[in-house]
Amino acid sequence: MRHLLSLVSGALFGIGLYLSGMTNTDKVQGFLDFFGNWDPTLAFVMGGAILPMAAAWALTHGRKPLIGGNFPERPETKFDRKLVVGAILFGMGWGLVGLCPGPALASLGFGGIGGLVFLAAMLAGMLVAPKARQMLDRA
Amino acid sequence: MIEMDWIWGLIGGLTIGCGGAVYLLGNGRIMGASGIIGGLVDGSGRHEWVDRVAFLAALIIAPALVVYASGSVAQTNLTSNIFMVVVAGFLVGLGTRIGNGCTSGHGVCGISRLSPRGIVATLVYIAAGALVVVVLRAILGGL
Repeated sequence: MRHLLSLVSGALFGIGLYLSGMTNTDKVQGFLDFFGNWDPTLAFVMGGAILPMAAAWALTHGRKPLIGGNFPERPETKFDRKLVVGAILFGMGWGLVGLCPGPALASLGFGGIGGLVFLAAMLAGMLVAPKARQMLDRA
Repeated sequence: MIEMDWIWGLIGGLTIGCGGAVYLLGNGRIMGASGIIGGLVDGSGRHEWVDRVAFLAALIIAPALVVYASGSVAQTNLTSNIFMVVVAGFLVGLGTRIGNGCTSGHGVCGISRLSPRGIVATLVYIAAGALVVVVLRAILGGL
């Protein structure tokens, strides 16, 4: 049941990313180009995705997940260096070529060799991230 | 006048949100692409690996099936500059795991429950991305 739900969720996520145009890096970079020929599509995607998610969060109150266990705890309010440094590094990579993790995976089937290279580099970045987190904690 | 691209954005966005809702209400977890794959890479999510692999497999295969079944030509328009692709991929992987989330986790799932961390992270990565795009435009005169 649990794996089936994961499959359904991943499929909806991937199909949604493709339909929305977010697997097209031009649309993403066009959104980030606030001072040029701005493309607001990504804002519609974000808004569209937030609606069902907000409803889902509202439904979690006083309930349990379908497969049992507990829902995530209340969001943390603690801000640290890692959150900001991480978001800056991620944003720079995102702006550079217009891919973030979701669309990078969703476009793998039709993204050619460039998509595979991006994925390999992304996995390498993820592999060294725990070390970088430790360094930031100590700094 | 609303453009067709925006309507597809909204339809696709609603579909993405439904995926996140299934993951949350069904499995009780936050649908964050970087967290789901990152937990496999650094081993922090090893105990639930089947779950993660199922999600990732569907995320990769489902859109590819839609593209091939509909006979459309999907363009990612990714730059052919392989050096830029490598640097960008590395930064995306590193940054999302240091900052604990990407566009799906911090953006969609975080903002929809008014998580202060999600909102701040989203504002920061959009600002950083916009800055890079401005610089790229200035250097290359286009993208």
